[in-house]
Amino acid sequence: MELVCPAGNLPSLKAAVDNGADAIYFGLRDDTNARHFPGLNFNEKRAAEGIAYARGRGKRVFMAINTYPRPDGWQRWQSAVDIAADLSVDALICADIGVLEYASHRWPELPLHLSVQASSTNYEALQFYYDNFGIRRAVLPRVLSLSQVKHVIENTPVEIEVFGFGSLCVMVEGRCILSSYVTGQSPNTHGACSPAEFVEYRETSTGLESRLGGLLTDRYAKGEQAGYPTICKGRFAVGDDTFYAIEEPTSLNTLALLPQLRQAGIKAIKIEGRQRSPAYVGMVAKVWREAIDSSLADPDGFTPKVEWNQALNQVSEGATTTLGPYYRPWQ
Amino acid sequence: MMNQALKLSLGPVLYYWSRDDLYEFYQQAAQTPVDTIYLGETVCSKRRSLRTEEWVDLARELSRNTGKEIVISTLSLLEAESELKTLRKLCENGEFLVEANDMAAVQLLSSQGVPFATGPTVNIYNAETLKVLIKRGLKRWVLPVELSKSTLHQILDALTDEVETEVFVYGRMPLTLSARCFTARSFNLPKDDCQYKCLDYPDGRLLSTQEKQPFLALNGIQTISALTCNLLPEIDELRQIGVDFLRISPQFRHTDKIVEAFSRSIRGETAPDIKPFAPLGFCNGYWHGETGLRQISTSSR
Repeated sequence: MELVCPAGNLPSLKAAVDNGADAIYFGLRDDTNARHFPGLNFNEKRAAEGIAYARGRGKRVFMAINTYPRPDGWQRWQSAVDIAADLSVDALICADIGVLEYASHRWPELPLHLSVQASSTNYEALQFYYDNFGIRRAVLPRVLSLSQVKHVIENTPVEIEVFGFGSLCVMVEGRCILSSYVTGQSPNTHGACSPAEFVEYRETSTGLESRLGGLLTDRYAKGEQAGYPTICKGRFAVGDDTFYAIEEPTSLNTLALLPQLRQAGIKAIKIEGRQRSPAYVGMVAKVWREAIDSSLADPDGFTPKVEWNQALNQVSEGATTTLGPYYRPWQ
Repeated sequence: MMNQALKLSLGPVLYYWSRDDLYEFYQQAAQTPVDTIYLGETVCSKRRSLRTEEWVDLARELSRNTGKEIVISTLSLLEAESELKTLRKLCENGEFLVEANDMAAVQLLSSQGVPFATGPTVNIYNAETLKVLIKRGLKRWVLPVELSKSTLHQILDALTDEVETEVFVYGRMPLTLSARCFTARSFNLPKDDCQYKCLDYPDGRLLSTQEKQPFLALNGIQTISALTCNLLPEIDELRQIGVDFLRISPQFRHTDKIVEAFSRSIRGETAPDIKPFAPLGFCNGYWHGETGLRQISTSSR
């Protein structure tokens, strides 16, 4: 089982490599990838340095071009694919059918992974990308229970990667436009959900408010920790209740499921968080490296160490974690 | 492309309506001047007011009695094998065009060499994607709701292949899907024991901000806009860009009157006021390349 870690910059990439990642994924400094945040990501030179660093230590590097180009941006996506080929990354992670078509024709030797942003949740959908573009691996959206993930694996020729840890998209990735409904920018079009430039915190007489694109996402009592105002983690009114109508601020953590994930035939575990610090990446990589090694050494006796979960909770939204959709009652 | 006649379509019912309500709705829809009717369950496989065979029977009956084009719409988020089984049955119906709302349906239809349509939840953001799908049998596509007229214009400009273009012009917009059922959650129920609460909310359950701004509507595992997208004033522009079909998404009441308004407007007649049928208000921001929930005034044009 490959441990795939995020890198938003060169120090993060090094931290991932040094702390046990098997592979690292990154994106360019533009809207061709789904973490298009100011100050984040790689130019070609930095990417080449990072790849050399990882390769020198026997690690693989994947590049994400996983947003959806509109016609006026097409050239940028095309050129990102060419850059990935020039860098000879170990795999290109794509979502858009047009981009996959271009990459598979122009660079037939370049291995393709299907991004979570392609929103493919079943083996028939995966078969389309396998038949048409020869994808080798797919990252599954965070909507399936563990038994459903297993069923996909049993019926697809494609390697399956799943998210193990990090911020939790509650909606099916690649088909959520809550962000653009409020800000005009979505992960698909701009590579960012709830972009920072639309975020606002206001101190009012009744406490702190968080807003996205002017829309009130939450109010916090005195002393309450304010969260980042993604729509799906806000408190709203439905009927007579005001509550986290979609999801509480929490992160995904599947550490406890490691033996089952491996038994299900999962080829890789992905850690979310290209927007996070090198310290985050290093710490999370270290915990997961230890956990994976320990689950391989003794699958039947595996239990996550208390200190692993404590460390992960510290960097989780709301300092709590969930098994999310893998655990059916969550749904 | 400029002189084509704009056609009207009725999108699939996004909500959980009772069997009687569905039959009554389609009986009424048969009398409206829509050219095409899309029908079938697109949101939740637990909604079984009509069984799969009954949807196909209804399609057959409507096709025979009205002469309208009937298209079978399919599920948008597929997780279980049982859902794929239903999807296969629909894709193999042999009579009606199928609207794929997930790449699973695109795969099933294209691998059989059957022409197909795609709904708003199949991600087509550029002409390159469209070209690939046209080669695989795409006959008609619906523009994803977050894309603007300028994007559509550019896509169609770059296209030489034949394909019919449809735009979602009226209704609460589908914004996202999840494994989780938010209607059930709003009653503190798990999805597996949802008690079919969606039946009580035939236009979705309203979600508002803490300052009472109507924001979203919960429709089971789907979340839709609380505001109603309305492109009635944009008909000339839609025609000029080369759109073939205008999709009206059904709502529990007054869909017939909304269809009538669009139909009149297409014919160049004055359309009746449809504002009363969308009590929370309209939005058209996406079409204008803006924030989706905004209402851009077009009266100054």
